Amino acid sequence: MDVLVILIPASLFLGLLGLAAFVWTLRKGMYDDPDGDGQRILDPRYDDKPKPVTRQDDAPSP
Amino acid sequence: MSLATARPSACPACEAAPAAEALAARADPPDARLLVSVPGVHCAGCIATIEQGLAGIEGVNSARLNLTLKRLSVDAKAGIEAQDIIARLERLGYEAHEMDAGTISMTETERQGRDLLMRVGVSGFAMMNIMLLSVAVWAGADGPTRDLFHLISALIAIPTVAFAGQPFFRNAWRALRAGRMDMDGPISFAIVLTLFISLYESLLSGQHAYFEAVVMLIFFLLVGRYLDFRARAAARSAAQELAALEVPRAIRLDDGHETTVNVAELSVGDVVLVRPGGRVPVDGAVIAGQSEIDRSLLTGETLPVFATTGHSVSAGEVNLTGPLQIRVTAAGKDSSLHRMADLVANAESARMRYTTIAEKAAAAYAPTIPILSLAAFVVWYWISGGDLRLAMNIAVASLIITCPCALGLAVPAVVTAASGKLFRKGLLIKDGTALERLAEVDTVIFDKTGTLTMGTPVPTNLDRHPPDARAVALALAEASSHPLAQALARALRDHEVAPAELEAVTEQAGHGIEAIWQGTTVRLGRAAWVGAETRGVTAAYLAIGEQTHAFTFTDQLRPGAKEVVQALLAQGKSVRLISGDVDAAVRDLAENLGISDWQAGALPQDKAQAIADLQGQGHKVLMVGDGLNDTVALSAAHVSISPASALDAARAASDMVLLGRDLLPVADAMRLSKTALRRIRENLWQSGIYNVIFVPIALFGFATPLWAAFVMSVSSISVTLNALRLK
Repeated sequence: MDVLVILIPASLFLGLLGLAAFVWTLRKGMYDDPDGDGQRILDPRYDDKPKPVTRQDDAPSP
Repeated sequence: MSLATARPSACPACEAAPAAEALAARADPPDARLLVSVPGVHCAGCIATIEQGLAGIEGVNSARLNLTLKRLSVDAKAGIEAQDIIARLERLGYEAHEMDAGTISMTETERQGRDLLMRVGVSGFAMMNIMLLSVAVWAGADGPTRDLFHLISALIAIPTVAFAGQPFFRNAWRALRAGRMDMDGPISFAIVLTLFISLYESLLSGQHAYFEAVVMLIFFLLVGRYLDFRARAAARSAAQELAALEVPRAIRLDDGHETTVNVAELSVGDVVLVRPGGRVPVDGAVIAGQSEIDRSLLTGETLPVFATTGHSVSAGEVNLTGPLQIRVTAAGKDSSLHRMADLVANAESARMRYTTIAEKAAAAYAPTIPILSLAAFVVWYWISGGDLRLAMNIAVASLIITCPCALGLAVPAVVTAASGKLFRKGLLIKDGTALERLAEVDTVIFDKTGTLTMGTPVPTNLDRHPPDARAVALALAEASSHPLAQALARALRDHEVAPAELEAVTEQAGHGIEAIWQGTTVRLGRAAWVGAETRGVTAAYLAIGEQTHAFTFTDQLRPGAKEVVQALLAQGKSVRLISGDVDAAVRDLAENLGISDWQAGALPQDKAQAIADLQGQGHKVLMVGDGLNDTVALSAAHVSISPASALDAARAASDMVLLGRDLLPVADAMRLSKTALRRIRENLWQSGIYNVIFVPIALFGFATPLWAAFVMSVSSISVTLNALRLK
């Protein structure tokens, strides 16, 4: 059972890592326009970097 | 709604004083954000066309199209108006509408939405991590290992509950202080009690701890809360929008000398001056001057009417061509506009009292949670002969199992699925309860101008006129602000007619435009004035010397109007047409569309009265209208829809807004709302049945944390899947 000493902190750490990633994506507004982001892949203008997101521009879909 | 549609500004002061408007625009912050709804976008091509097309406009810093919300946000320098953007979009081939002012100032609601989503995320991650530990316990871990896992779970669960549970605690506390009982009270009680008992049990190395169940409960409830939140748009009051149309100041004439006074200071018998382009501030009678009045506000009449000495005018109407002196017969609170705003306010507060099916279910269910677990506690305390710990454990188990996990998701999941479907078809639902109300509708009332028709006159016989006549007509029409003249000018421009060169252009208030063309007098205006024979249809008359031409107009039918009426009749609804327009026009349209039940010449109050009568007989009415004269009816009806081109007040009064030009989504919405209501009922039954099965298990003391987790996730997921079945 000694392995728990490593496994439990490891699982907690990975969980926190996932949570941090979620918080980051939410703050960056990555859930604001899922349809548009899917379509923008097809546009050669955004091959090098994504179109910059302007400050909180979109309200939640009513 | 001819003139008013062309100028949707709810700022009467601006219209009265154009200089002030220009001044206000200059005082704007340097960069402005404009939001425009573009219902027709659907692909990567649209994104590229629009964003690149707008980048070409001088003063536009950046533009970003949100395809999910079908909404364009433009960062622009001061001086760029939403109208400029819309004009460019229309040239690019996309229909566009300005967003409601209320929607633009939604940054606060947006913050709340992200806040809720953050709590959903935190509780979701915590739930998964606790579950990881719980699986080991369920699989048979015991002794110190189990205690350790329980304590680690507690370490994750306690901060999570403290953060993610706040919305429930806050609502519960608010309800408690007000002496009410709602769903959040029992939920908060269950969460806190279960958490404490589980912690106590873990410290005493007890067998059962419900940490994962608590966090899971919070997670599923928050998901429901978030979906519910998204279904709700910022509520705006149509009564306030109407009040904004009241002109704050008027020009009073005292012995021929002008004083600007507050409208509140006017009294009956005063004489006020209304300049062309200004809104009439009071109800009164014209005593001097002649002009044309746009009455679409109160009557819905398409075309301006001639007004001269002896005619009466009402507050809110727009004076178009000449200055008018008006003797006040009613001002301020007694004016017709104010009475209309009062009616709307009454109707709005009546609608607030609608109880949704979810509220009914919650009201029936909320008290049973604490009562059941209290009963379990008392009975087990008695049976076990005073074993406090056992009784407490069973009470907590039944508390967590009865908690309405699926109930919180049952309604929002269906509403979200349905409104997503309708949004893609071009109908925006502003109020989550509107679908439920729509499902009950048996009578549909349409307004004519601007709803079943486009509300803009279109010339019908341009090709029959010689090129000279067309060139002169264009030059004259461009000098006038009359809706017919403007429609004519637009159509001639589209035909690539070049305007003739005119001299001495003058506007004869109430009659038309006069000028000299190659030495001859030319006139564009009313039949009698130009010396032409009156036609039976709407027309503008042109005279070149002795020769006369008649440009005839028709009001275009809105696309989908015929289909929607047929679809509604096929669904067994009764369809009525009530319009403020004249008899002949309404009859023609009704016959054309196959509506047998129609009424013409209706005042705003008549429309509302017709709806009140129908609802008094037990009918549920859907009102579809766009004008200010429909606002009272829109807010009095059981549920209401307006097109995106409608005026602010009308849109604010309606529950749903049509995003595109097409009326057909109305019929789709009716059909879909029926299915949605059926799914909601199924979901409520489904979550009820889970409880009927598992509550006895909890009460008899057989429930374990594994059971609680199983019941919660299975019922929540099945309810969600059922909602997604919606077609």
